This record gives sequence, structure tokens and C-alpha cells, in this order.
Amino acid sequence: MLPIDVIAVLGKYGGYAVFVLIGIGFGVSLELAGFGDSRRLAAQFYLKDMRVLKTMFTGIVVAALLIFLAAAIGLLDFAQISVTQTFLWPGIIGGLIMGVGFIVGGYCPGTSLVSAASFKIDGLFFLVGTILGAGFFGESLPAFDDFWNSSFTERYLVSDWLGWSIGATLFAVTLMALVMFYGAEKTEEFFRTKGTGKVWSWKITRRSYIYGASALVFTALLVWVIGQPDPVRKWNLMESRYSAQLSSRDVFIHPLEYVKTYNDASIKLVTLDLRLEDEFRNFHLTGSENVKPEDFLDPKFVVLLSQLPAQGVVVLIASNDSVSTQAWKYLKVQGVNNVYILENGLRDWNTIFAGKTISGKPFNIASPPSEVLQLFPKDAFAPKIKISTKKRSGGLCS
Amino acid sequence: MKKIPKPYKNPYFAGAILGVVLFSAYALTHSGLGASGAISRIHVAITKLIWQSHVDALSTFAVMGAGDTNPLDHASVFLLIGTFLGGMVSAFLNGRLKVEIFKGPQISNVQRLIFALIGGLIMGYGARFARGCTSGQALSGGAVLSLGSWAFMFSVFIGGYAVAYFVRRLWAEPKLT
Repeated sequence: MLPIDVIAVLGKYGGYAVFVLIGIGFGVSLELAGFGDSRRLAAQFYLKDMRVLKTMFTGIVVAALLIFLAAAIGLLDFAQISVTQTFLWPGIIGGLIMGVGFIVGGYCPGTSLVSAASFKIDGLFFLVGTILGAGFFGESLPAFDDFWNSSFTERYLVSDWLGWSIGATLFAVTLMALVMFYGAEKTEEFFRTKGTGKVWSWKITRRSYIYGASALVFTALLVWVIGQPDPVRKWNLMESRYSAQLSSRDVFIHPLEYVKTYNDASIKLVTLDLRLEDEFRNFHLTGSENVKPEDFLDPKFVVLLSQLPAQGVVVLIASNDSVSTQAWKYLKVQGVNNVYILENGLRDWNTIFAGKTISGKPFNIASPPSEVLQLFPKDAFAPKIKISTKKRSGGLCS
Repeated sequence: MKKIPKPYKNPYFAGAILGVVLFSAYALTHSGLGASGAISRIHVAITKLIWQSHVDALSTFAVMGAGDTNPLDHASVFLLIGTFLGGMVSAFLNGRLKVEIFKGPQISNVQRLIFALIGGLIMGYGARFARGCTSGQALSGGAVLSLGSWAFMFSVFIGGYAVAYFVRRLWAEPKLT
């Protein structure tokens, strides 16, 4: 199931080789589109040649349809895709600045690279400019650090903002793109300088445009109709990937490992107690939160867990394994990292800690201090927690 | 040997290829495409050669190249190398690999290069400000429907259109072939 992590599969250098290959594809498509030519890019802003808009939006729509179609039929797990974090206002201001740079210099970073690669001196100068500009930004950042880190949302999709399903949003985006393409064609016809008629490298008839557009609309409709999988369907699709972790009991942690994690200041621990309210009131671990099994299907609840920092660990406590493993599955398929289950819930808790003392003094068994660990032999438990610090946000541009 | 450059591909066709490449990037690496991160890394690598303590002192540089960290040991740099190679290969195959300066007919070569450098400076600055370039933020973020990326994308266009009129002499009568 996609996405795969090439660096994990092929090792660092094998992974880097794949990045070079993807880059080649990127460079080729930019070059073929004519993005190595500043005049072409600038013409976008004088409405004479709208190829920037056409190529960009075709690329976005095609990629989005492939991603969400693959997710809908269970080929790709969208929760594992890294979505660029949103810093709304810094993004908007930065975008405006870049728009100015674009029209003054004639390129953007990626296209200047392609231009320089094809020996265009202006592309090379622009590229050198971007390197210096990145430096100036770093130098000036301390002056407005607060603003730069403001209006932050980890993973905020257009569909979340509209309150629509992903399928409906994607359908609307596809239609919007087609309307924009139509507008772009008409605008070009109107503004195109006389005597420089359309010359395309291959004959494209009106009919093939209609076919292309229909294919996009049809795919978008298909994605909408199938819908993005809910956690239940996702588990059915992804069971083979994760069930081994359950059957080998790799995700069940010993109470002592819990105590160790609980006392580790470098770990952000979230303990979720799935027992009944009465049981919870009777006794619970300090800092734990009483939740209901159905909370794990509530996107608003789950998103808080998936946005934990990289050193975040979620531990589930329930009276029986079937409740806790169910919750574990739901969290796993929704992209929450580092989820563990407290072995046997709290049933062993008392037997392990009752009557124990530290230097002769009893301690609060709802929040055992780390000294407790010294009361047990070192091999009292097999450590299971492996924090995967895989950063899923950010991406390559930051 | 004089090669006649072939015309560029139909923009929708090129866009479709771009879309497939972007999808493969997501499918194989979890993340999309980008260039500005790697450009920033090149800057840090150069700065590091001459002024290590400065790299350590500024947090944005330190993330990439503090102490013994090699700022270029990062996937984005290899993506950038690939982009460069891809651009070169495609230009070569299409007879466009040629030393030249693209400019509007009304300005001199020197003027064009100065403006390219200034534009690049502004772009590099803005790309760091926005945490991503056109390809990283707009294209990659747009394809996964990230709201911030869509807002960003429209502000790039707004920024460009707002200033286009005032710099029209740079590009007036672009020769379209």
C-alpha cells in the first residue's frame, strides 16, 4: 500500500537516487511546458500566454485526482501523506512578495533551475538571486519571528474549511479548473499579439480537448461517488499491514514501561482510558483522560492525536483487549503515530504496585515515580515503545 | 551544427505529465515536489564554508547546518539535482540547450540580468517567507487540497498582476513563437 518511504526501503542512498529520478521527471515536465523561458512565464501576467495557469492547474488536478482516487480504492493511505503545514498569513504575504519577484525576474525557483540547466544566463542570475534572497530572509527573520510563526494549522484542507467531503471539493476544484482553462483560452485569443498565432507541437483538435475534460470530470465524479474510506473500511483495506503488530503483541506495553514513559520528560504522553465512567472515577492514572470507544471515529478528536509532536506517545487503557485493539486500529488507520496499549488494562496494576514502598514510604500508585522501577529487576519487562519520529509535515520546501 | 528549437509541448499535456510526476513523488516519498528548501540549503552550505558560527547562531540556518550537520545531505537537494538534470536533458533533446538570454525586446542584456538577479532576490526572500516555492507550496500543497497552499497560490498571482503593469517595459511585446 502506498505511500512507501523510499529511504526506509532502499536505504539512504538508494532513496536519494529515487529523488533524483523524480527530480528528472519534474525538470523534464517543466522544460517541456516552456517554463525555462522567462518570456513565456511573464506573458502570463500580460494575459498573452496563459500556459503557467494551464500547466499548473492541470498538474494540480491530475495529481489530486490520482491521489484521492488511489485513496478511495484503498491503494494509498492519505493519512500518511505529508500535507504542507498552513501558516496562513505568512503564506499570503510571502506569496505576494513572490508574485513581485516572479514578474520582475521572470522565473520562480524551480523554473529558474530548469532555465539555468538549459544554459540561459538570465535563469542562472535569477537562481543566484534566490540563493542570496534565502540568505537575506534568514538574516532578517529575528525581526518578525512571531508573525512568521503565526496563524498556524497543522493539516487544514480546503474541504475542512468548506465543510464538504473531499470528493465534493475535488469535483468543484476540477470544474473550477476547466472553467479557468476555458477563460484562459478566450483571454489568450483576445490579447495575443497579432501575427503570432497558435503553433503547437502536435495537432490537437477541439474533440480531444472535450475528451480530456470529460475524463477529468468523470474521474472526479468517480472519486466523489466512491468516497474516501472511513476508519472501518480503511482497517479492512490495511489490515494486512498492521495486524502483525497486534498478533505479535508488539504494541502491548508492560505497566512498568508505562511508568518509565510517564516519568520521561522528553516524551509527550497521552493516556486514554476507555473504561466505564464509574470505573474511571473509582481509580485512574494521573493525567489520563476518560474517553468512549466512539470518540475514536470522531475526526475532531483524532486530529488532536495525529497532531502530537514527534515525541508524542498515545497509550490506551481498557478493561479488555477487544476494546483497546479496536481503538488502536482506528487510530492507526487515521495516521496517529506511536499508539500503544497497556497490557491487561489496569487489572495488573494493583498486584504489581500494591504494598511496594520507596525507602520505606508508600507512594501514590496512580502516578508512580521513576524510583519505582528500581524495585524490579531490569528484565521485568521487554521494552516495546519505539518512537517513530518520522516527521510527516513540512515537506521538501521548508 | 545549428539545431532549430522544437516548439514547447501543449501546456495541458505538460501539465498532465507534471501531475503524474507529482503523484509519484507523493506515492514514493510521502511528500511532494519542491525547490526552494534545497536552494536555502545551498545558501547555508556556502555560508558554512566561510562563517560557521553565523550558521550556528541563526535558528533558520542552524536547523540545516549547525555544527557537523551537512546541509546538503538531504533528499530535497537530490530532488534539485534531478530537476536540473531533467531540465538539461529535455532542453538537449528538444534543441533548446543553448547559451542565451531571454528578455523583452526593449531592454539590454545587462539590464535583463540585473532585473533577473533582483527578481531572484525577491523571490528567494518570499519563498522562505511563505515556507515554500511555487512548486512546493502551490503545486504540491494544492494537489492535496491544503487550504494554506491555495491561499498562497492566489496571492502569488495577485502579487504578479498587481506589479505587472509597472514593469511592463521589461517584457513588452514578448516574442511568442
